[in-house]
Parts: sequence; structure tokens; C-alpha cells
Amino acid sequence: MTEVLPESKSSNGTYGGALLEVDNLHVEFHTRAGVAKAVNGVTYSVNAGETLAVLGESGSGKSVTAQTIMGILDMPPGKIANGEIRFRGTDLLKLPEEERRKVRGEGIAMIFQDALSALNPVFPVGWQIAEMFRIHRGMSRADAKKKAIELMDRVRIPAAKERVSDYPHQFSGGMRQRIMIAMSIALDPEVLIADEPTTALDVTVQAQIMELLAELQRESNMGLILITHDLGVVADVADKIAVMYGGRIVENAEVHDLYRNPAHPYAKGLLESIPRVDLKGQELYAIKGMPPNLLDMPTGCAFHPRCPYRQEKCVTDVPPLHTISGTRGSACHFWREVLDGDAQ
Amino acid sequence: MATPSEVVLEVRDLVKHFPLTQGILYKRQVGAIKAVDGVSFELRRGETLGVVGESGCGKSTLAKLLMALERPTSGKVLVNGKDITTAKGAELKHMRRNIQMVMQDPYTSLNPRMTVGDIIGEPFEIHSEVVPKGDRRKRVQELLEVVGLNPDHINRYPHQFSGGQRQRIGIARGLALQPEIIICDEPVSALDVSIQAQVMNLLDGLQKEFNLAYIFIAHDLSVVRHISDRVAVMYLGKMVEVGTDNQIYDRPSHPYTQALLSAVPVPDPEGREQRERIILQGDPPSPANPPSGCRFRTRCWKAQDICAEQEPLLEIRAQSGDHPTACHFAEASDVVHVS
Amino acid sequence: MSEPTAAPAAPASAGKPRSLWQDTWDILKHRKIFWISFALLIMFLVMAAFPSLFTSKSPEYATLAKSMEPPSSDAWFGYDLQGRDVFARTIYGARTSIIVGVLATVGTVLLGGVVGVIAAYRGRWLDSLLSRIGEIFLGVPYVLGAIIILGSVAPVQSNPGKTMIMTVVIVVLAVLGWPVLARIARSAVIQAKHQDYVQAARALGAGPFRIVFKHLLPNSLAPILVYATITVGSYIGAEATLSLLGIGLRTPVISWGIAIADHTRYIRTGAHAMLFPAAFLSLCVLTFVMLGEAVRDALDPKLR
Repeated sequence: MTEVLPESKSSNGTYGGALLEVDNLHVEFHTRAGVAKAVNGVTYSVNAGETLAVLGESGSGKSVTAQTIMGILDMPPGKIANGEIRFRGTDLLKLPEEERRKVRGEGIAMIFQDALSALNPVFPVGWQIAEMFRIHRGMSRADAKKKAIELMDRVRIPAAKERVSDYPHQFSGGMRQRIMIAMSIALDPEVLIADEPTTALDVTVQAQIMELLAELQRESNMGLILITHDLGVVADVADKIAVMYGGRIVENAEVHDLYRNPAHPYAKGLLESIPRVDLKGQELYAIKGMPPNLLDMPTGCAFHPRCPYRQEKCVTDVPPLHTISGTRGSACHFWREVLDGDAQ
Repeated sequence: MATPSEVVLEVRDLVKHFPLTQGILYKRQVGAIKAVDGVSFELRRGETLGVVGESGCGKSTLAKLLMALERPTSGKVLVNGKDITTAKGAELKHMRRNIQMVMQDPYTSLNPRMTVGDIIGEPFEIHSEVVPKGDRRKRVQELLEVVGLNPDHINRYPHQFSGGQRQRIGIARGLALQPEIIICDEPVSALDVSIQAQVMNLLDGLQKEFNLAYIFIAHDLSVVRHISDRVAVMYLGKMVEVGTDNQIYDRPSHPYTQALLSAVPVPDPEGREQRERIILQGDPPSPANPPSGCRFRTRCWKAQDICAEQEPLLEIRAQSGDHPTACHFAEASDVVHVS
Repeated sequence: MSEPTAAPAAPASAGKPRSLWQDTWDILKHRKIFWISFALLIMFLVMAAFPSLFTSKSPEYATLAKSMEPPSSDAWFGYDLQGRDVFARTIYGARTSIIVGVLATVGTVLLGGVVGVIAAYRGRWLDSLLSRIGEIFLGVPYVLGAIIILGSVAPVQSNPGKTMIMTVVIVVLAVLGWPVLARIARSAVIQAKHQDYVQAARALGAGPFRIVFKHLLPNSLAPILVYATITVGSYIGAEATLSLLGIGLRTPVISWGIAIADHTRYIRTGAHAMLFPAAFLSLCVLTFVMLGEAVRDALDPKLR
């Protein structure tokens, strides 16, 4: 566990820090039933060419963070209570809407789980891709269409030339996700946020899409933020991981470290609950209880009601993100014990 | 299984074609979606048969056929020797006591206007001979306890429970009539990762306690392996390979099984650069118009002329080793395993 | 799993059994618009049931000498063409309007609901047939249909009794209005029918009766209820329209529509005789529409 800081891995022009940094972000939702603190001080960063996996369950705040980065969070009910999102050192949250829009698409792009609802059903897919060039680059119709076909080729849609005038519903789920990817990379973004990009797809198609994303990333040196709940996908592609629980990052780690020796009980529990061949026939390890209710968060550490390492302290004190080494961190009072592996 | 126990469910040449029609008032059949196209298998008491395959392979239609929620185009589903597909009225109703299901989506599988007590008690109201009226409430509370829920919550409504708890309610409803067979159609895929293991353990424990036979339909291969004694792989309405979990996972012989297994991301980053992947090209063809001969040939790297001409039968082949596979060029090989 | 938290506790927000209807009520009771429309509704209902609480005058008593006298402290709303007290007639008119609106709606819900549920539940050719029949009715312009039916059943020159003429109008409204409700019921039931819990009930061996009454109807009721509430308002308006055209209600019935119809020609000389009933009519229609919309908002799952 003596990884060197990957901060200096790439040169991002003038700015010395990471390409995209989320710094102490707090997002709340004001609902009829009360204030839900969906994101509670999240800090993470991604560099060019790097893949950050944000791992968490529903309600962990992983998608809300991404929506806030993109500036597509519904406000209200959402409200950014605190924090900064720096892209090349500029705080996006302070930018006027017009400049923000420029960053969206050209700087940071996003793909979603449900490609069908993200595409407009009444326009041909080629037209929708070309639209990006027409609006942002001021291209002519013919040039934009040519670029659209090029892009469809690049995301390996067979017979792109013939299919450019087809409508979204004429494509399969995997092909639609490719079209979404084509749209998102149209303006050569430096960061791509992929929110559960393969959750709705079959495994064989998932493998195709993940391979495509990896290839595009190699070609263009994009930073990739992969939001997922799938421990397998993370292990396959991530460089570093941020594990989220109850709106906080509970563990930050380089991918090998996390899988080899998790430092937070939640991450450890997730890894242990994966069915394994050598443990067939035995009871699976199961994290007891259930994810917290954002409207009624447990006191202290949000994970304490489910945690086998729980002590008095966990009920009262919110654990800070302890630095373990380098960029590695764990938001557990007892991370040493978790690393050593002796529960209770 | 040391001594093979009795067969509780037998499926023979099951076929379900959904007609494709045109026209508004006078409907004319223009084709058929071959959702399930000749599936046969047996299920023994206390055994779990896992069924894996991708969307459109017909596994959910298979579940509906087994539950007699759809009538098959042809073929038989024998529950304890009696054909449920031709049973009607009181006989069908009686047979349903023996075969129940757990559904995928815990949010849509419970009637939101009924209390938990009414939901779990509904089987007793429909089959009023099973439990006398006065004892029903007590039985429902016992069932709640069996699936790990608080019996005092009997008067609550489904939306007051979390996804994992709702799935437990669905399981309790399935158990109420003490069936021998439970069809589990993707029972954990809608649940959060940390909850999946809880529900898997519950299903596993109930099987041991009540000697239940499961058909466990899922797309998550590691989950299927964990719970299944035998596994069947489906592709476009047909079973392409059947075997014990070790046969399928360690010595898959059908190219589709191999591709499927190798596409599953392994939750371990060690050695990921060295891992070889079989990445299939394209999407599965439409079940309305499946390829001739072997249905997998359009995506198969081994395909030759014979694959288009002759449909490979699901049988034990010399190269495939010890279990049936439906490929002319079957060859057992371990495709992934890191651990 | 021996910890106290092991038996998964329900979310903290769920202390007691709460049905979805109770949740709806919880939302409703925090809505101003609900309370306003509810108060108005109560007022109109009391007016309809006990008109004598509001006025001691008879709506029938005519003093021709006072014809078209403007409002005064003696008669708040003035006198109409025949010298009858407008206030009294407006109060008594509520009963007719509400009876017609409510009963026509009940008829619409029964007719449309039964057709919609049967079409959705049985599906196939019966659905096609019933839907086509509904479309034929929808294709007939409302007023034209009413003119034809009312003109043949209760021609202008005939002299039917109070109950008779009200019954005819109610039946006409329901007969012309049911297809919209049938559509709403049909789509709600079809939506419910494809839910997994219906499949689960079938898998348990539930018969059609149980499936319809335990599973489909309770889950299709919300949109029907909303539409029905709004429909009461629009039927009250429709009754007035027909009365205005001279083919709906007519004397001896007392209704807002008739009052308006009788005085349209005098709008420049004595607007009060028409304006007061018209204002009550508008307010009453608005009450039901607002109530329906408040209920719809409370039932909207997106707000949950």
C-alpha cells in the first residue's frame, strides 16, 4: 500500500491539480417529508486517462453527485448546500449558465443507464448526433451528418451509413447505448461520466460496451467516472475506487488495494457477500439490515446499525475520512481492525 | 444428491409461439415469436435447477408456462405426473397448491392496496380448505416469522417496507400453500447488492427446511452457481447446454456458454490484463426470425456450413465430456477462472 | 444475525399501518385549494339539501309588479321577469343542478366503468367491439346528440313533469358521456392487469371475480375518482347549456340554467336576473373542478 499519488500523472495544461475535482460537496433535497441529505461532503478527483469507479447502492448519492457535476440536477427540490466542483481549476458551480453549458459536452459529458429515454424518439439518431456539431461547432448540415456517420463508425455501429437515418426504437439496447456514447464523445470531452452504463444490458452486450469505453478512453485519454453497483465491472476497469454509503465516501482506494484488503466494513461486507465457488453450499455472508433512509440517517457513522465492528463511538461520532496511506482513505474509526480482518 | 429423489416436475418438448398479427378487427397471423421452442428437463424433490440466459432467450416465458399462466403451443408440463397445461378448473386450482412462484420486482408483485396480512393470507382465502378461517391470521404471522419479518407488521402496507423486505413478503406468499416446487424468476436482481445475499440465504434455508425444489431463473451467473445443483443455459428459446454446476462452469462445451461465462466480469482485479475474453459480435437475433440450423451460428466463431443446415440436438457428445450440449463442434474448455 | 437490528426494522417513517388512501389524505389536508373547494362543496350541498336555511322566501311566489326590480335590501339579488325573488330561486336552483350533476355522474361511472372494466379484463374481440361502440358515441357532437335525443324523447311542445324532465336530462348526459369514463377505466384496468401482483394472484388460482374486485378495481379507482369529481362540475355546466338552448330542463323545474335562459334577452336592462345564477353556476363548476384537481395532485405518485 505505498502507491504514489497519481496527481502528477498527466499534464493538464496550466493547472497543476487534477482534471476534475469534487470538493466537499453537499447536496440536499427538500421534500414534503423533510430534508434529505443525499450528498454529505463528497470529495473525489479524476485525471486524464484515469478511470474512477464510484461504487454504491441506490440512495448512496453516487448519481446525485454526477448530476451535480453535469449541472443537470433538478433544483428544486435539489439544493447545493456547500462545496466546489473544479474542472481544470475553475469552480463550475460559480460559472454563469452560459459558460457552464459550454463545459457540458465539450469538457464533461455523461451517458446514462437508460439509453432509450435519453434519446429523442422523434428524430433519427444521426440527426441527433449531428445536432451536437451544428449547435456547438456551427457546422453545415452535410458536414455534421458526415461527422455523425464517422462517430457511429467509431462506436462500431455496423452499416453506419445506412443506419444514420434510423430512429432510436429501431436499434437494440446495446446499439442505443453505443449511440449515446457517440453523442457524448462527439465534442471530445475530457471527462466522461458513465452512470450505470451497462446495468440494463445483457452480459455479452455489457462486455462489448465496456470494451468500447476502454478503447475510446485509450484513444482520447479521457478521464472516466464510472458509476456502478457492480463489483465485477469495477474490478475489470477501474484504476481507483470511491465507495459511497449514505451520501458519504466511506473508502477511497486504488483498485487492487480495495479488493485485496478493504479498509471499511461496508466495502469489506460487499466483497464478502459475493458468491464464491469455494464457499458453495454454505450460507453467504450477508450485511445485515438495510440501507439507511436519507430522511432519517443514523447518528454517528451511517453504517453503524449494520456494522460488525461497531463500538460506542460509532453511534455518536461521525468518522472522518482517515488517511491510511497516500490517497487511500477509510471513513471508519476502526479501519486498522478492519484491515487486520478481525471482526469484533 | 446421494440417492436421486423422485421427479416432481417434468417438462417435455415445451413450445410457446406467440402469434404476430396484423389488422385491426380481422387479425391475420403473419408470423410467430418463438419464445420457447422445444424445451425438456426434469426437476427432482429438493433440487435446484438454475436457468440462465440473456433477455429474449425465453426464460421468463418458460416460467409463465410452468405456472400455467400461459398455455403452451405444444408440449407437456407434468407436476407430479399430471399435466398442468391441460388441467382446468378445480383440478388446475388444486395443482397450483404444489407449484408457486417468487417474482422479480418486489415493487410491482405486491398489491399496494392490500395489507401484508391480506397478501400472504390470500392463498388461504382462495384455497379455503387448507387452513380453517380462525387459524389463518396465526398462520400468516408464522409465515412472516419464517421469512424473517416481524409478525406484528401484519397490518402494514407494502409501501411501508424496503425492497428486500417486500421480496420476503413475496416469498412468504409463495410458501403459504406449502408447495413442493417454487419458480424463482430473477428473485434478487432488483435488490441492492447488500440485500441480495440476505434473500439468497433465506431461499437456501427454506429449501433445506421444507425440501423445496427450485427453478431458479437469473441472469447473474455467480448467483445461479451458488444456489443451483444443475444449470441449464438457454439461447433463443432453446436449451443449449445442461449439466451440474461444475460441468457448466468449469467445463462448458457450448460456445455460447463459454462466451457467456467469459463475459461476466470477475470481481477481482488481479491479473485482469491477462484475462482472455470472448467478446461476441452483435446482438442476439430476433426470436421472430431465428437462424436456421443452430440458432447461435450467426454469432459463433466456430460456425461452419453444417451449422446452418442441421440443428444440433441437446445430447452428450464425445468431445463435450459428461453432459448434454447442443453444438456440432462442442469442446469442453475452462474459459475464465481466475480463482 | 443475533443483533437486535438483524430483524430488519421498517423505515422510521412507517410507524403504523398506513394505506395509500391515508397517504393521499395526508397530502390533501395540507392543501389550501382542497379546503377551499371542500368548504364550497359543503356550502352547495347544504344549499341543495336545506334551501330554507338560506332563504325564507318562496322561489315560486311571483309578484308581477316587481318584475326585473334591481337588488335591494329587501331582495338581495333583485326580482326576475315574473317578479320572483332571484336569491331564492338561485338557492333553490342548487338542488337541481347538483342532483343532475351527481346522478348523471353516477350513471356515467356505472355505465362507463362496467364497460371499461369488461373491455380491459376480457380483451380481444370484446375489447375491440366495446371500444368501437364507445368511439361511435364519442363521435357524436355532444350538443347535437343531446338535441336529437331530447328532441325526440321530450319535445319542446310536450309538457313533462319535474321528475320526468330531470330523469331524461340525466340519462342523456350519462349516455353521451360514458365513453370517456370507459376509456379511463379501461386504461387504468389494463395498466393494473399487467402488474405482477395480478399474475401472482392468478398463479395462486384466483378466479376472475377476485381478480377484478380485489386487485384490479382498487388499483384503478384513483383516476376514475378524479375524473368523476371533475365530471360533476362539467355536467352541471352541460345541464345549463342544454337548458339555455331550451331543450334541457324547463319550468316548473328551478335551475340556474333555466334562470339564465329566461333572462338572456334582458341582459342590458336587468343583468342581475341572469348574472347571479350564472355566478353561482360558475362557482359550483369551479368547486368540483378544483376538488378533482386537488385529489389528482394528491394521488399523483410522482409527489410521493
